[in-house]
Amino acid sequence: MSGKPRLTYLNGRGRMESIRWLLAAAGVEFEEVYLETKEQYDKLIKDGFLLFQQVPLVEIDGMKMVQTRAIMSYIAGKYNLHGKDLKERALIDMYVEGISDLMQMILMFPFSPPDAKEKNLESIKERATNRYFPVFEKVLKQHGQDFLVGNKFSWADVQLMEAILAVEEKVPAVLSGFPQLQVFKTKMSNVPTIKKFLQPGSPRKPPPDAHYVETVLKVFKK
Amino acid sequence: MSAKPKLYYFAGRGKMESIRWLLAAAGVEFEEEFLETRDQYEKLLQGGSLLFQQVPMVEMDGMRMVQTRAILSYIAAKYNLYGKDLKERALIDMYVGGTDDLMGFILMFPFLSAEDKEKQCATIVQKATSRYFPVYEKVLKDHGQDFLVGNNFSWADVHLLEAILMVEEKKSDVLSGFPQLQAFKARISSIPTIKKFLEPGSQRKPVPDDKYVETVRRVLHMYYDVKAN
Repeated sequence: MSGKPRLTYLNGRGRMESIRWLLAAAGVEFEEVYLETKEQYDKLIKDGFLLFQQVPLVEIDGMKMVQTRAIMSYIAGKYNLHGKDLKERALIDMYVEGISDLMQMILMFPFSPPDAKEKNLESIKERATNRYFPVFEKVLKQHGQDFLVGNKFSWADVQLMEAILAVEEKVPAVLSGFPQLQVFKTKMSNVPTIKKFLQPGSPRKPPPDAHYVETVLKVFKK
Repeated sequence: MSAKPKLYYFAGRGKMESIRWLLAAAGVEFEEEFLETRDQYEKLLQGGSLLFQQVPMVEMDGMRMVQTRAILSYIAAKYNLYGKDLKERALIDMYVGGTDDLMGFILMFPFLSAEDKEKQCATIVQKATSRYFPVYEKVLKDHGQDFLVGNNFSWADVHLLEAILMVEEKKSDVLSGFPQLQAFKARISSIPTIKKFLEPGSQRKPVPDDKYVETVRRVLHMYYDVKAN
């Protein structure tokens, strides 16, 4: 195994994108293997790489890690992005889990039937503006610091930044009622590792398109 | 805020049950406030205690914690049920992720139509016996130790026992192909704190019934039309 973490997933965002964000934010270079056929996927299972027969898979530090949250917790812990103590970790976990619920709606969106897409888009907009963004707007307003937790860059900031950009792709003016989040977005964009990740040519993946959906259905067909 | 953690949820399993299991396993006494009416829920919302407008919510150590995973992680770490280092924690997180996915199929079960329930039951048993149980069976067989991770009792053991018992409620002989898990189940069940939790009169909640489903729908105004996954 080379020194770099190796990511195995489809050539698209899905559940792996948050992991790419976090590794990039931590300044960690990584390799990627892209699943394109069912045969590749079946072989991975047969060869015992996938603990629960699922991807994402991240080979890191001698482990074949699966389960998105487990992977991200490990990366956050290893690269000091998980707070300085148990209570900061608890706050980061709460924020990350909340954002993850919002991201789940975006994750599933490309797979919703055509007649449900408008309703689902409306749900994403509603949840972002009424449930999730107001929480982080308030957190930032109350402590007046640059970062969400403990006055230090953490996993929570990376996850929120990813979510803001993902929602904006669907609802362009979504931050119009959230001045703190607008400032946050600018600040995060200027963190050097994030700035690099946001440039063309980085491992960041584009929004899912029809080809991506097709590949997912083909690779994971029962 | 009292010294004991206080749990806010319905008087039923749902997402809070894993938290009850873990607190009980850690030997931590806790109080519960049960949501029965829409008014109670709205009062909680207006009072600002629910960060993302959702339960579970656990008041503990000066925090109003929400998000099941965050709560469980905090309890596990606080009571030394989270491994001795980052790598053991990673293993525990992976194993818990698996049992969590399995229990996810069971979580929505009470809300399904009668026809979907039958289908879902088959799915639960199929996933348990072909995807999840074989993994833990092999882990235990390979290292021959009593506990899943690091030869020490952890959150992963508690979560797996909870999952085993829940699947057995759907198919009582589901462990018949898994001798290691049978031994594991007996061992973990006899740990004093867990044994106590498994006795009548504990805070463990029963299998969800129609009344539970009704209460959740009434309080949250949600989950009227849940489909099998």
